[in-house]
Amino acid sequence: MRVGALKETMVSERRVALTPESAVQLAKMGHVCLAESGSGLGAGISDGAYRAAGVAVVEGADALIAGADIIIKVRPPTHDEATKLTAGKTLISFFYPAQNSDLLKQSQATGANVIAMDMVPRISRAQKMDALSSMANIAGYRAVIEAAANFGRFFTGQVTAAGKIPPAKVLVIGAGVAGLAAIGTSVSLGAITLAFDVRPEVAEQIESIGAEFVYLDFAGHLQDGAATGGYAAPSSPEFREKQLETFLKLAPDIDIVITTALIPGRDAPKLWLADMVAAMKPGSVIVDLAAERGGNCDLTVADEKIVSPNGVTIIGYTDFPSRMSAQASALYSTNIRHMLADLTPGKDGVLFHNMEDDVIRGATVVFDGVITFPPTPPKILAIAAQKPKEKVKEPTPEEKRASELAAFRSASRTHVMLLLAGGLLLALVGAYAPPAFMAHFIVFVLACFVGFQVIWGVSHALHTPLMAVTNAISGIIVLGALLQIGSEGWLVPLLASVSVLIATVNIVGGFMVTRRMLMMFQKS
Amino acid sequence: MTNGIQIAAYIAAAVLFILSLGGLSGQESAKRAVWYGMAGMAIAMAATVFGPGVPISALLIAALLVGAILGAILARRVEMTGMPQLVAALHSFVGLAAVLIGLNSNLTEHSSLAEAERIIHEAEIFVGVFIGAVTFSGSIVAYAKLSGRIGGKALILPGRHMLNACMIVAAIVLMILYTNHAGSWTLYLMTLIALALGAHLVMAIGGADMPVVVSMLNSYSGWAAAATGFLLGNDLLIVTGALVGSSGAILSYIMCKAMNRRFASVILGGFGNVAGAQMEILGEQVAIDGEGVAAALNEAQSVVIVPGYGMAVAQAQQAISELTRKLRAAGKTVRFAIHPVAGRLPGHMNVLLAEAKVPYDIVLEMDEINEDFPDTDVVIVIGSNDIVNPAAQEDPNSPIAGMPVLEVWKARQVFVSKRGQGTGYSGIENPLFYKENTRMYYGDAKKSVVALLALI
Repeated sequence: MRVGALKETMVSERRVALTPESAVQLAKMGHVCLAESGSGLGAGISDGAYRAAGVAVVEGADALIAGADIIIKVRPPTHDEATKLTAGKTLISFFYPAQNSDLLKQSQATGANVIAMDMVPRISRAQKMDALSSMANIAGYRAVIEAAANFGRFFTGQVTAAGKIPPAKVLVIGAGVAGLAAIGTSVSLGAITLAFDVRPEVAEQIESIGAEFVYLDFAGHLQDGAATGGYAAPSSPEFREKQLETFLKLAPDIDIVITTALIPGRDAPKLWLADMVAAMKPGSVIVDLAAERGGNCDLTVADEKIVSPNGVTIIGYTDFPSRMSAQASALYSTNIRHMLADLTPGKDGVLFHNMEDDVIRGATVVFDGVITFPPTPPKILAIAAQKPKEKVKEPTPEEKRASELAAFRSASRTHVMLLLAGGLLLALVGAYAPPAFMAHFIVFVLACFVGFQVIWGVSHALHTPLMAVTNAISGIIVLGALLQIGSEGWLVPLLASVSVLIATVNIVGGFMVTRRMLMMFQKS
Repeated sequence: MTNGIQIAAYIAAAVLFILSLGGLSGQESAKRAVWYGMAGMAIAMAATVFGPGVPISALLIAALLVGAILGAILARRVEMTGMPQLVAALHSFVGLAAVLIGLNSNLTEHSSLAEAERIIHEAEIFVGVFIGAVTFSGSIVAYAKLSGRIGGKALILPGRHMLNACMIVAAIVLMILYTNHAGSWTLYLMTLIALALGAHLVMAIGGADMPVVVSMLNSYSGWAAAATGFLLGNDLLIVTGALVGSSGAILSYIMCKAMNRRFASVILGGFGNVAGAQMEILGEQVAIDGEGVAAALNEAQSVVIVPGYGMAVAQAQQAISELTRKLRAAGKTVRFAIHPVAGRLPGHMNVLLAEAKVPYDIVLEMDEINEDFPDTDVVIVIGSNDIVNPAAQEDPNSPIAGMPVLEVWKARQVFVSKRGQGTGYSGIENPLFYKENTRMYYGDAKKSVVALLALI
């Protein structure tokens, strides 16, 4: 199949769906790659770089769409682009079918198949093609960098000869992929980072990155992210009130707010209200990653950077991934490549659009002239439901001491019992066995004890040499054979010589192999 | 040489043997320890050969010489990956020698003894032959399994516990008959039964439990020597046998502890009876190519390598050593994590790595390194499976639930070098392979590592 990457037509869009690296991988799956001339310029990829990777560079969108069987791009197609599709072609891009129902109908009319990268179900198997996550990761990182650039102070605290520099305080609202990336970046820049999410189960993730989870003093029922495929759901009014109250209390202390709260299929919830902005110090920065969907902050203006009356900068850019176009293109093209890999299971360049497959079914919005959106829910839950954690009771010192004492007592009891049993057994043997036997028996028992004491000290690394050396010395059995070799007759000396022979093999072989092994152990 | 001097020599030999085993507590003292062992053996043999009652005949000298030459050849030829087989083969020799000596004692005159002493003596013969025969046939089967001559799967006969019990009861009945003048046939019949018992016991034990079997046979060979010592009234044999026997017993105990299994359940075989449904594993195994692994290694600061039996099979230790050298030269911390039951022999991995000139001070035990995994950038798992299986901690229904494992999944990134997608020897699914921070590096372990070498 011929896979063609269209040049993005939106003004601020610098990403591209195909990189030379992904083209090489696609070629291994049996595909032939095409790229529209100039499509990679925004991401720093020249036409020459494409050609060097074996990509045919085509002049103009019309020629590309005509020449390719699979059209890949980043943004949803324009109406113009959509009309050029024909039956039998497959489009893979972001599509947002819920918001773009017109476009969906238009694509349906052309008879082409459409796979929406934003509809890839959130199950583990599909993570490698989850473009929303890979883009969100970049957005989260970039949000912190934009905030830092617009924040007139350091992130990390320092004590210098010229005075003490306090660390910045960052609050990240919403700990999805973008939020976690922002938390990670902020922590690594040295800021004191707080984070909030309506899903309590992410507290652990937040704390694992080194941020502090903002707990609400809320006793009502908290939602479990597992029921909604790992996304947040709208919260109850009481919860919201408590949340806003907490934010307002935090606002004067916070230097930078990064909001990433989105609820699938709805406008962004308003979480950082005008009074909170007013409560912040001048020079503070708010980065609103939800700007495209109306913004989490009251004052956000999409695609713009504004300054509030009290001097707080509010950044409402919607093109964070595009601002890091080289990285974003690399990740997006990898997501696309994985999608194509699932679509060509035979690695033979033949497209197999398997509608039984959860991932492909979920992402496909138009198939064979039929709109297949919304998809049936996937069979596998994205996240296993959380089991309530059991609290282990910490024993008090008295209880601890009591249990230790009890353990000591029971151990002593078993010891005494064992010793008594052993003693009885010995007495029993002693009552019947002749004294000569008992003399040997003493030696035997003592040797066992010595053996136990000595072997405990052997280091684990030397267990193989230990086996080899014990093997060699158990060849001591040769003594028995030597003593018998002088017996009368022919059978006994013969058998004894055989024993001598094999026992000698054991002794010599065992010692030599031990020595060989031990010589190999070297210190660095 | 008089009897007194001979006994003095035996005492010296016994002390030297104890020093020899004690010296194995550290790598440096171990090198001295072998010499103690050899000196002890030389003293003991010289004292016996030149002592009373042993005629120095051509037969004797020939047997000693041929044995020594065979042993030397064996020790020189053996590959370090073949150590488990060699050890098992050597155990079988001790067992066979014990059987032969016991049978010889039966053939020589002993009815002149007083009644109580005669019964004890005959019981000693009987016990010595029994342990020797079990050791012999068990070791032969273990050898065959380890060298791949017969399949490693556990052979589960119907009613096998009953069968074992019947054989042991039969042996006891025969012993009572033997000590009551029933004749030598009882001894011969018991030898056959013991041979069958030993073979059956080892046949019923699966491949992954082999380290326990080998150390258990090690222990048996010691007890066989001790029993022979009783039979001949030789204290040196008793001491040495007891040392070896307890050594093997402790090794078996350590191995069982490392697998969280009871000794009895290992010995009685039949591993893999699952208590309930195992946890379903979500996700998929994501593959990666050599370049991806190399890039991660180039960026990593700390690397831990977890070798397993697969490394021995693929003979990858040299390549891994080379990789280690390169990474260390680049200023990275490289360490090895060894699980107590990795491989088919206690300490197997240590020997293989030592052979490949990996310095022993970067080869660490499970307890020493388990806490360091969260701070580790890259973990490479080469040819091991169960010992890094998180199901042991997470899934109470897993057959290996509760077994201490290396917590590699806590590291930032895990690469698993594996032949293919199968579940491997034990047939237990490994959720590690499905974790988000795990990437599967498929292919033959040696070729995979060699491919990496070129990229670092």
